[in-house]
Amino acid sequence: MRNSIFSLALNALSGHKHWQPTWRDAEPRAAYDVIIIGGGGHGLATAHYLAKIYGITNVAVLEKSWIGSGNVGRNTTIVRSNYLLPGNIPFYELSMKLWEGLEQDLNYNAMVSQRGVLNLFHSDGQRDGYVRRGNAMRLHGVDAELLDQAAVRKLYPFLDFDHARFPIQGGLLQKRGGTVRHDAVAWGYAKTASARGVDIVQNCEVRGFIVEDGQVVGVETSRGSIRAGKVGMAVAGASSQVAAMAGLKLPIESHVLQAFVSEGLKPLIPGVITFGAGHFYISQSDKGGLVFGGDIDGYNSYAQRGNLPVVEDVCEGGMALMPMIGRLRLLRSWGGLMDMSMDGSPIIDRTPISGLYLNAGWCYGGFKATPASGLSFAHLLATDTAHETAKAYRLDRFATGHMLDEKGQGAQPNLH
Amino acid sequence: MSGRRLASGGLINRAAPVRFAFDGRDFAGFAGDTVASALLANGVGLVGRSFKYHRPRGVFSAGPEEPNALVELRNGTRREPNTKATTAELFAGLVARSQNRWPSLAFDVLAINQLASPIFVAGFYYKTFMWPAVLWEKLYEPLIRRAAGLGKASVETDPDSYEKATAFCDVLVIGSGPAGLMAALTAGRAGARVIVAEEDFPLGGRLLAETYEIDGMPGAAWTAGVEAELRALPNVRIMRRTVVFGVYDGGTYGALERVSDHLAVPPPHQPRQRLWKLVAKRTVLAAGAIERPVVFGGNDRPGVMLASAVRSYANRFGVAAGERIAVFTTGDDGWRTAGDLLAQGVTVAAVIDPRTEVAPAVRALAGGAEVYLGAMVRDAHGAHGLRRIDVVRADGSSVSIAADVLAVSGGWNPTASLATHHGARTEWSDTKLAFLPGKTPPGLAVAGAAAGNFTTAEALADGVRLGNEAAVALGFTATSIAAIRTSDESFAVAPLFHVAAARTKAFVDLQNDVTVKDIALAEREGFRSVEHLKRYTTLGMATDQGKTSNVNGLAIMAELTGRSIPETGSTRSRPPHVPVAIGAFAGLHKGLDFKPTRLPASHGWAVARGAVFVETGQWLRAQWYPQPGETDWLTSVTREVKAVRGGAGICDVSTLGKIALEGPDVGAFLDRVYANMFSTLPVGRARYGLMLREDGIVMDDGTTARLADERFVMSTTTINAGKVMQHLEFCHQVLWPELDLDMVSVTEQWAQFAVAGPSSRQLLQTLFGPGVDLSDAAVPYMAARELQLDSIPARLFRLSFSGELAYEIAVPARFGAALAGALVTAGAGLGVVPYGTEALGVMRVEKGHVAGNELNGTSTAGDLGLGRMLSSKKDFIGRTMAARPGLVDPARPALVGLRPVDRAQRLRAGAHFLARDAKAEAANDAGYMTSVVFSPELGHWIGLGLLANGPQRHGEIIRAYDALRGEDIAVEVVPPVHVDPEGVRLRG
Amino acid sequence: MRIDCPFCGSREIVEFSYLGDAGVQRPAPDAGSVFTDYVYLRDNVAGRHREYWYHGSGCHSWLVVERDTRSHEIFSVDYAHRETVR
Repeated sequence: MRNSIFSLALNALSGHKHWQPTWRDAEPRAAYDVIIIGGGGHGLATAHYLAKIYGITNVAVLEKSWIGSGNVGRNTTIVRSNYLLPGNIPFYELSMKLWEGLEQDLNYNAMVSQRGVLNLFHSDGQRDGYVRRGNAMRLHGVDAELLDQAAVRKLYPFLDFDHARFPIQGGLLQKRGGTVRHDAVAWGYAKTASARGVDIVQNCEVRGFIVEDGQVVGVETSRGSIRAGKVGMAVAGASSQVAAMAGLKLPIESHVLQAFVSEGLKPLIPGVITFGAGHFYISQSDKGGLVFGGDIDGYNSYAQRGNLPVVEDVCEGGMALMPMIGRLRLLRSWGGLMDMSMDGSPIIDRTPISGLYLNAGWCYGGFKATPASGLSFAHLLATDTAHETAKAYRLDRFATGHMLDEKGQGAQPNLH
Repeated sequence: MSGRRLASGGLINRAAPVRFAFDGRDFAGFAGDTVASALLANGVGLVGRSFKYHRPRGVFSAGPEEPNALVELRNGTRREPNTKATTAELFAGLVARSQNRWPSLAFDVLAINQLASPIFVAGFYYKTFMWPAVLWEKLYEPLIRRAAGLGKASVETDPDSYEKATAFCDVLVIGSGPAGLMAALTAGRAGARVIVAEEDFPLGGRLLAETYEIDGMPGAAWTAGVEAELRALPNVRIMRRTVVFGVYDGGTYGALERVSDHLAVPPPHQPRQRLWKLVAKRTVLAAGAIERPVVFGGNDRPGVMLASAVRSYANRFGVAAGERIAVFTTGDDGWRTAGDLLAQGVTVAAVIDPRTEVAPAVRALAGGAEVYLGAMVRDAHGAHGLRRIDVVRADGSSVSIAADVLAVSGGWNPTASLATHHGARTEWSDTKLAFLPGKTPPGLAVAGAAAGNFTTAEALADGVRLGNEAAVALGFTATSIAAIRTSDESFAVAPLFHVAAARTKAFVDLQNDVTVKDIALAEREGFRSVEHLKRYTTLGMATDQGKTSNVNGLAIMAELTGRSIPETGSTRSRPPHVPVAIGAFAGLHKGLDFKPTRLPASHGWAVARGAVFVETGQWLRAQWYPQPGETDWLTSVTREVKAVRGGAGICDVSTLGKIALEGPDVGAFLDRVYANMFSTLPVGRARYGLMLREDGIVMDDGTTARLADERFVMSTTTINAGKVMQHLEFCHQVLWPELDLDMVSVTEQWAQFAVAGPSSRQLLQTLFGPGVDLSDAAVPYMAARELQLDSIPARLFRLSFSGELAYEIAVPARFGAALAGALVTAGAGLGVVPYGTEALGVMRVEKGHVAGNELNGTSTAGDLGLGRMLSSKKDFIGRTMAARPGLVDPARPALVGLRPVDRAQRLRAGAHFLARDAKAEAANDAGYMTSVVFSPELGHWIGLGLLANGPQRHGEIIRAYDALRGEDIAVEVVPPVHVDPEGVRLRG
Repeated sequence: MRIDCPFCGSREIVEFSYLGDAGVQRPAPDAGSVFTDYVYLRDNVAGRHREYWYHGSGCHSWLVVERDTRSHEIFSVDYAHRETVR
């Protein structure tokens, strides 16, 4: 049934007894044209676009747990395209445009909320960096505005302007940026992909690759062997482990990123704010919780949990930026496994092994990239060529010296 | 529902009445009350409104699991939304307000949401509000946001302070009920260093709320005896009002001590709260259990309470929660509520138990009250407070019973969430009808009710056993505890999680308004995994974190899907176990103390001269020194630059990193870490060095001087001082430990000043006196000398960042301020000025020197015009990778100088370069302006930038495009060195 | 997390900074493209991981720590220079 206020009202009359499963919980079949490993946002989006744009529907998405159990369900829900480098901006802007039309595309309300993303700066050098970034965005047709201190104060009068260790000088605002109800993104993509014939297989763990004549022709799973014309990996923090089954070593480390939510409050923070003098960013969910986060814990981790120093660091940033939050309570924390690449930018490319395709290295940027990642990966799987906006995301860029290093930190994943 | 204070009993201090206000009305309670117990004692049953439907709600529990009784505590800047009335201690003058209601608690307009509840089912918002798209942000979302949320935050700065502390112990005991007390006592008697952390304000746990006897004493009296012994042990520390909220790695536990929350304001010099890191070798988790409700129709009515809470209010607080109290229990434990109430003279309306048989001793607890066996409560009624309940018998017949409180007991859920913080899940026990801790974090053992051992006897025994085990594991000798006599209570319970026959709305999650029907809808739509259920319905995501709802929700899903409870899922939780104030995590790191402030030795001297300061990392540096009459920065900076170039100036450059290196292999080491050659550097000379990262990108630059054959001192940029030190130590300790050298950071040991300008030699000559030869022959460009200045060791380097004849002079840091004064005195006749970082920056851009804006972590040596520094005679860090095609592409943007064609125009850093006639679009982006300054020497703005094919484009007119500021100006590409390109002055 | 520094004793993790995989070895100067693997490729194991930590707020030792990346259990800590010599 199509979602609308009318279908909702109609169902209300019948006690909501006629709603169908949002997606089919499929049994795996023996073979598919394309297998996507990973039922997270990126894997499900890939399936959606493969089916919708490229007409490839004989597709399975294999998820070792429940769909959306990875980073699409463990992030701070921020979407934006305020990137610096020409290799990144068009890709994230494509993502932004896809977000803007997502609900109509999926007939599912993921609550895309373009409430504005403000990045604060606190020194002349930072300002110069943001001006460079904002102008790069504008040259790519992306919205960006430079705010001075007075303009920031008008927007967010409760920030600490007068007793701050690193006084706020201004900010770079992307009004089209905002937040999205993260879980709903996975469910919405699953719904439409499933409706077009894609098999979404939960509790199906890939344990190896079937390789014939040096070519990947399928996967071994906890639910048996499944053959495929092409296999795509979209497994974020598990990328290195899955790639290792195919004998590949990746320019990736897995790190944990913690995020936090406060108790529910009446509306307090209209948009998204990023502190420039510490590790802290914050927005408020539609339910009222303040959703905030900071830096990764900084050491390789496969545990979806972090340690106390980062919680302290994040809250210190929060108190420095908005001292009003002192008495508000941190309610819940979670941890996502970030596939931190060596230059801080993703990889969407074929691998040296025929039949195996890679979508990885998303670092912090995975959630906001979900639609463009899905579309680009679908394009690659369907056409064997890189999508126009994802041409820079080559696996061999490290060998050739064409890194995409937004932060200028070099080959140290925990600094990106 | 009309509660009242009982005539006697309870652990409150009836001699100490306490006045407080709720929703503007004045009430009285006693010391020892919580806000909830005091409200109940005053007959206040309605305390809040629910999240979605704004249904009236009353006190449900007597502890941190409370879903309903959330209030805004205190006023103004100290306002604390969502505070649990059931744990908030009463103090004189306390002010609390109900939440999520308008205009008043009794009449709430948004209660109209209930009428639309057929539409407002779980996940309804995913299915609508999509058309037209533009209305989401403008209309639908603001409406949803306004309706959602609970309490209101103050937007003022929190006036209180928070502290952080760390404590170490052998054995940490979490909880001070019977299990915790015995674990602490055994480990303490054995000699272990013990910390007991108790969330509540008194010790004792449920012993305070029950009428059990231990060793012939009431629980509270027995607790007092044990507490006295623990207090007498010097190796035992008792921390009350301290909740352990998280289990981290390496035996680290996060805990929050509520130092002053029970007072109107913190006492002088005391924080509001203190965040503890408790580092323990062994831990006994004895956090007890939380009673599980049964879900039935109208189970959210004010007056429906946990049976154990009704006992807590009666026994601990001397409060009857109502006049006619019915009990609905699926196990023996609930009957004790009836027994305790009858003993206090409270009317028990009925006891309803779905079991058809109960032990005679249990049955006897109900005394003469009506008893319904094989029956269940189907629905509860009463708009603003419970009035009656419908009881349905096994044969389908029903009876309506008047009651103003219904005490509900569905068994107990162990409070083992801390045991799951490392990721292990709990395991369902069919015998205990509860989730029990599975694999526990290293060093942590679970005792008593938290382990599913619910009787007092079991809890005491667990405590003794685990206290001893912990002590013995740490090398102490076990102690024996004499057998303790306890009453023999029974915890037999039948599995009943919800009453399917309910005719009205049955709530699983009271705070988030998640009903049984919502769970059924989630199941129908495929959200069957526990995590999907939680995320789709918001079950368990409220401020109580599902402490009274998760297990029921899971059991209902199991029933709907025909699976067992363990097949359906299990629970795990993440820190914090209870909500913790953000301010407590931040501690003292806020405001100006957010990060340390590093001050160079001349800071006070600069303050006295009226300097304006700027943050450079954590350093505070003098930015310029305004003179009387100067009102804008450019005037001051221009004056300073002119003074330096026309005479002499001094600038504190102590913040630059300084690293001392000593040993026979320093030269060889520097050859490997610098791109250019250093082993050939003669003693008494300095050299500019360029350091790459291993990926071939420029990491840092600076000068290194050879003071003696085996003694060098390196300088780094201010920002990279720590990073370079770490890198050098890595290179030495990991890559080349065979090299014989030592190194140490001396950044803070030496104060260093630039002395620049044509008169600088004369100034220094005055300072050092005629005995020191400072002639060009004696101290040539790039010379490094160790001298004495009035018996103080001093170092003199002939370095120039300004392009003028210039030196840097260093003395031990404690003489820094004195040196600043002495330099000004020595230069008095020469027009010497102190200059700040802005003038320093102006002169470096005039000279085309690269700095932070150019050393941005993506520039190669070639990009910065320094490609010729990469030695071909040796290996060095970054050599191989710097040769990758992408890094030697001639089209890479490279360093150029820029000046505006119209000299009156101002340049802007961050502007992008476009060819003169190119359209402003990404394809034509040719680079960007890295740094700009106003050049007093040239009388106009100048810049540095990275421009594609830049070095081949000198003389070309291009555009500097700054869309953000709406500027687009013509600039001329020139060589980077704007002033004195031949470098005549610095050799003067 | 706490690391038992062989020089300073057990210290909280905030005193240390992390570099990662200690299994990599800097190639010989003329090794060419092997350098790409050295600089960019990592084993990134889920399990026992030998990794570099730097006690920057303590004795400035570079350490090799063997730690389980799933449980954060630490099995051994030693000076990195000893590991290099070995």
